[in-house]
Amino acid sequence: MSSADSSLALGHSPLPATNGTERTLLTAVGLGLLALLVAAFTADVEQARLSFYAGLALVCGGTLGWSWYKFGRGEEGVQQNNLWLRSSTSRGAVAWVVGIVLTGFYVVLYWYPHYLENLVRTLDPFSLALRARPADQWFLYGTFYTLAVLVMGGRALWKYRNSRYQLVRTGSVMFFQLGFAFILPGILLFFQKPEFYFTYFWPLKYDYLFPGTVDYLIKDGQALGVFMVFWGALMAFLATPVLTYFYGKRWYCSWVCGCGGLAETAGDAYRQLSDKSRRAWRLEVALIYPILGFIILVTLLMWADRLLQNALLGSVAGGLYKTYGFLIGAVFSGVVGVGFYPILGNRVWCRFGCPMAAYLGLLQKHFSRFRITTNGGQCISCGNCSNVCEMGIDVKQYAQRGEPIIRASCVGCGMCSNACPRGVLNLENGPREGRYQASPLIHADSLRILS
Amino acid sequence: MHLVIIGNGITGVTAALTVRRRQPGARITLVSDESAHHYSRTALMYVYMGHMRAQDIKPYEDWFWSENRLELIQATATGLDTGRQQVHLSTGVTLAYDKLLLATGSVTKRYGWPGQNLRGVQGLYGLPDLARMEQDTRGITQAVVVGGGLIGVELAEMLHTRGIHVTMLVREARYWGSVLPPEEARLVDQQLTANGITVRYQTELAEVLADADGRVRAVRTTADEELPAQWLGIATGVAPNLSLVQHTAVETDRGILVNEQLETSVPGVYAAGDCAQHRQAGAGEVPIEQLWYTGRMQGETVGHTLAGQPTPYRRGIWFNSAKFFNLEYQTYGQVPARPAAGSESFYWEPANGQRALRINFDPARSFAVTGFNALGLRLRHDVCEAWLREQAPVQTVVAHLGAANFDPEFYRQHEPEIVAHFNRAFPQQAVQLRQGKCLISKILNL
Repeated sequence: MSSADSSLALGHSPLPATNGTERTLLTAVGLGLLALLVAAFTADVEQARLSFYAGLALVCGGTLGWSWYKFGRGEEGVQQNNLWLRSSTSRGAVAWVVGIVLTGFYVVLYWYPHYLENLVRTLDPFSLALRARPADQWFLYGTFYTLAVLVMGGRALWKYRNSRYQLVRTGSVMFFQLGFAFILPGILLFFQKPEFYFTYFWPLKYDYLFPGTVDYLIKDGQALGVFMVFWGALMAFLATPVLTYFYGKRWYCSWVCGCGGLAETAGDAYRQLSDKSRRAWRLEVALIYPILGFIILVTLLMWADRLLQNALLGSVAGGLYKTYGFLIGAVFSGVVGVGFYPILGNRVWCRFGCPMAAYLGLLQKHFSRFRITTNGGQCISCGNCSNVCEMGIDVKQYAQRGEPIIRASCVGCGMCSNACPRGVLNLENGPREGRYQASPLIHADSLRILS
Repeated sequence: MHLVIIGNGITGVTAALTVRRRQPGARITLVSDESAHHYSRTALMYVYMGHMRAQDIKPYEDWFWSENRLELIQATATGLDTGRQQVHLSTGVTLAYDKLLLATGSVTKRYGWPGQNLRGVQGLYGLPDLARMEQDTRGITQAVVVGGGLIGVELAEMLHTRGIHVTMLVREARYWGSVLPPEEARLVDQQLTANGITVRYQTELAEVLADADGRVRAVRTTADEELPAQWLGIATGVAPNLSLVQHTAVETDRGILVNEQLETSVPGVYAAGDCAQHRQAGAGEVPIEQLWYTGRMQGETVGHTLAGQPTPYRRGIWFNSAKFFNLEYQTYGQVPARPAAGSESFYWEPANGQRALRINFDPARSFAVTGFNALGLRLRHDVCEAWLREQAPVQTVVAHLGAANFDPEFYRQHEPEIVAHFNRAFPQQAVQLRQGKCLISKILNL
């Protein structure tokens, strides 16, 4: 071993060798992915279907088995060993390969869906049973997405089984993804009703409050459609402020939302990659609020356009809508948001792009009872809290000053509290009076020290 | 005013920030030979275990220092001339100061064991130690850690994550026997067992044995047992780092002697943190404090004095925390390893032995609480501190225990069980639970 090894370049550190069981399980996942690829290039639908379901079984079974083997046995507790030493979770070669594959999948999904035709056709029987119509690329995507949340949700349940908060919260995102973002929209279609997602609201699902959607829902869905429009407006303008007042942004972002659900489960291994620098925080503010402003503007223009009977703004509003749909809806939330998980972290979309997060964040910052409390003077500045913050909040900056953490971007995932080795951080809802008050037990000007 | 601070650990940095806040015009220079920027010593273990990278354990981003006009010099302070008020640096530079703060920290204590300087024998105090440990533990299978304290268990946990088998040598009959009562020590021992750590209690290091390359091959214990080990961790404590002040006018004993305002025998020269020894320690306090928290508090205090507001150091109500593998530990007030005369101790541990709570109180002083130990439970610092400060009777504390519950949401609440246990143990003082966790806001507003 050369003397150059005395540097602090710990990335070169040898990891304990992967043992036989782990290798077998990971091989199953790999074979499953291979089978899916084979299915994608198999024109014969029966053969493709066999390969597809065998592939899914191997991927899901292998991943669950590996998760249990890795996190489900042994002592409960914080399980972060070798996180920054593994290539897959520290922007190494494995991470780049995964990122490129994921990004490629999104590019194909959005712009070259005909390459997915063979895979889509394998899902026809399932789609017919659930939705009474043949599958399409979005049904394929929804199936993959939901499986990812469920299977990786299993991993999260094992990994964080020391924390009841994490168990309940993970269960919640799995439930809402499966029930409200996959099965219920399918059932609606089965009964010839409009496809509607009760867990997505304006401004995230921006078109739910566009005049065109409202007209369509009311015309096509009749009484149920009226309810859907009512539901969408109620959730966006009444329930969101009220729930955020009592519980903070987390009631949505890390408990209900599908994007959050994927981030918390499939993206969990990448949470430490979020950029904690002040530069990134500035970029976040410069992007997310203009995006919220933009979607508000487009919505208003759409309605103005309709009131003026398409006289002035028709093409402008339509153009803005299309631009937004392409740039924000497809490129940002899909390609960058998920495709870059292994490089930029699992909440890039939520942090820099989501207009719903911006809206919830403003409410959380200014009209909420939520905060993360710092426990007196117990912080040791170790940085574990900042490390696991998927939203890139430098949590320790607050903790080491004894200050509560009240940040617009905080999604309340609770990982900082879980990772803290000294029990310093706790998510709490409490009176708004003194919400920003720092602990008197730590500050230099504290009465205790100067008494 | 030019303030020169030797050391960029938590003490030196806290002092610098305090002075900067109170004297925006002061010139402040921090000298350290260890690292370009302040880092958290307590987080070294997480870098080794791969939870974080070395750059992640810096409490402040790099822009912080220049924006706050804190000058950083990475060099060794090799000489001190208190007459001319100058510090000589290894780079050849001489720094003139108006006031000097010595925050030089500690060095690993070694007790003259034969072979203690062999390759692969070390403590864990700073970044160089971490680098050496990283290098010397690669590919090894067995290690020994000597010392049954906080660093000892940290080293065991670190090595355990690399699949290295660890044997701990502990002088006392139980883990951290000078601090923890037997029940708490047993819970820590359970953690060690569950993680496959072998512990030899009432056993000390006798000799370190070398291989042909001058590297540790095995250790011999005082029980005359030879334990194969390719690495030996020294965790038997640290001693004040006095290298700069030896042969100067600054008076020393075991540490740099300071008065109540943390000033040394030389006017204008101060010492704080691990390296300082208080000439008159407060009642029940030790003269040399070697904790992160005390380092920070001493840094704050001396910062006020340096900024022109002489302030005596007051330790305040004791608190500390640690984590033993997966078991969190918090303590508030005084919980000695053996009960103090006349004091009573209430101890609760559920049947599965995963957690514990101890509350000490003094029947002679209206049952005033004197200390808390919590294992596997999180207690609210400000609530415990207020109870101790106000000498709240143990009955009040137990009845309102929920107010101190700092566990995350949905966690099981143990208060009813604890109260029932208390009532069985102290039927004369039996109470009813008046405050669960959900009513926390009420007591805080009182």
